[in-house]
Amino acid sequence: MNVASRFRTLPETGDRVQFTLDGAPASAPAGVTVAAALLAHSGAWTRQTVKGAGRTAYCMMGVCFDCLVEVDGTPNTQACMTLLREGMTVRRQTGLRDLNGGHCG
Amino acid sequence: MAEVDLIIIGAGPAGMSAAAVAARGGLQVLILDEQPHPGGQIYRNVAQNRCKRGFLGQAYAAGADLVDALDHPHITLLTGATVWRLDKGPQVTWSRGGKSQTTSAAHVLLATGAQERPVPFPGWTLPGVMPAGAAQILMKTAGMLPKDAVLAGSGPLLYLIAAQMIDAGSPPQALVETQTFAQMLGASQHLPRALFGLPTLLKGLSLIAKIRKAAVPRYTAGSGFHATTTENGKVEFFFRAKGRDQILTCDLLLTHQGVIPGTHITRAAGIAHKWNAAQGAFQPEHDLWGATDQPGLHVAGDGAGIGGADAAAAAGELAALNILCQSGQLSTDTRNQRAARARAALFRARAIRPFLDVAYPPPAEILSPTDETIVCRCEEVSAGVVRQAIREGAQGHRQIKTSLRCGMGPCQGRMCDATLRGLLSEGKASQPISPPRARSPIKPIALGELAALSPPQEEPA
Repeated sequence: MNVASRFRTLPETGDRVQFTLDGAPASAPAGVTVAAALLAHSGAWTRQTVKGAGRTAYCMMGVCFDCLVEVDGTPNTQACMTLLREGMTVRRQTGLRDLNGGHCG
Repeated sequence: MAEVDLIIIGAGPAGMSAAAVAARGGLQVLILDEQPHPGGQIYRNVAQNRCKRGFLGQAYAAGADLVDALDHPHITLLTGATVWRLDKGPQVTWSRGGKSQTTSAAHVLLATGAQERPVPFPGWTLPGVMPAGAAQILMKTAGMLPKDAVLAGSGPLLYLIAAQMIDAGSPPQALVETQTFAQMLGASQHLPRALFGLPTLLKGLSLIAKIRKAAVPRYTAGSGFHATTTENGKVEFFFRAKGRDQILTCDLLLTHQGVIPGTHITRAAGIAHKWNAAQGAFQPEHDLWGATDQPGLHVAGDGAGIGGADAAAAAGELAALNILCQSGQLSTDTRNQRAARARAALFRARAIRPFLDVAYPPPAEILSPTDETIVCRCEEVSAGVVRQAIREGAQGHRQIKTSLRCGMGPCQGRMCDATLRGLLSEGKASQPISPPRARSPIKPIALGELAALSPPQEEPA
């Protein structure tokens, strides 16, 4: 589902960082967290729970763990505690992770 | 032998002010903070926002002074450092850049601050529903403004965020407040004391005036919160106010019901905790200097009981003076003399709290949510399932956790402990409920990182 971002990003000068989300190119201002970049990009879910419910980053301060995504192949990464870097590969998560980082139903 | 004199956990107002005082007093200080920059949540990115994002206001910008004071040869600040274990000694184990290590210190100051009180209602887990403080973090760190948002809940932070949004040119669609006229009336008896904190009181009134001037619709005594999302991702917010059912459609529903101390680290450290009935939260027990019942451990700031940024900075100073005294750097007389200014500041900063606590209490419907409401976001456990377990004899946090997995997810109960306590105390208000146990690792850590950690060095006999 395509949902517009729920935030308006102020037009500030500065570098932008390129990353990919589920393989598609995206960008965000330099210096922001992965969670902020994802919320600026879209208003849709970034994680699906075991029961299939969509979630997005919630507390933005490392407390709630609803922002978990796969970053550069590492699953269950707290997007709100991770600064976005050039060329990062970000993937949304669905369901449980297995110990090797793959999907286990 | 301790590697440093003082480790401060948390670079918010309490930790930063303590670091400056301790370093100037001659101690070697290591500050660890898990965020990328010092400031805590209240002054998040304050140094990065110098001369920009003026809509955040002067009180926010003033926090830059505390960050500047960290520039001292005796202070080492490590950001991106997550403390996950605290042992007797004291010894602090922390993770940074995927590697963990243990550092010993003569003293540890826990200045880990607060978190927003979870606000559970049907729909609070949907994309588009967030804590108002989380949206404020996005304003501070990424220049992101909430689009067409409804602010819902109660408390002074709600007014501050509304005013910041107005000044940034993205005013909220509406303000839905839960406090009632009766609560405001009851709070008025605390107004005389609040006058000692007059600047704070006046600031609050100026925020409300700004919201009025911007003609943001306000609903008070709102109740029966419930949210759903439409096909195109909009949030539909249902509530009751002004004697009838209301619906607001928005991009973002930002909720807030005050903040509560983050106590995972203080509980895991074995510090005694008490229930603060006025603030509806557990807090670590401590003396007037922030010293706890555990040797070498002090607490300061909102993690020790909610008082706000100014109170936190003053408490940090007091803790640092006491630690300097215990380290032999200050005589008791000098400590007491130098504490006078911080004590007065602490008194002024706390003067408004009794008024705020009574005027903006968390409503019963979030402390004791309806059966269909999800209580544990991680493991998706509803209030109804928890109530069923309690009826079947489950007692206390631990039995609920082991039987339902409620609180067993990665947030370790941070999002459900407060609600669970509400459910456990239904119909037995007088019965004391102990705080849930917290154990290391107090933040999740990868097994590989744990395995790579060399065991702490034994002291030679």
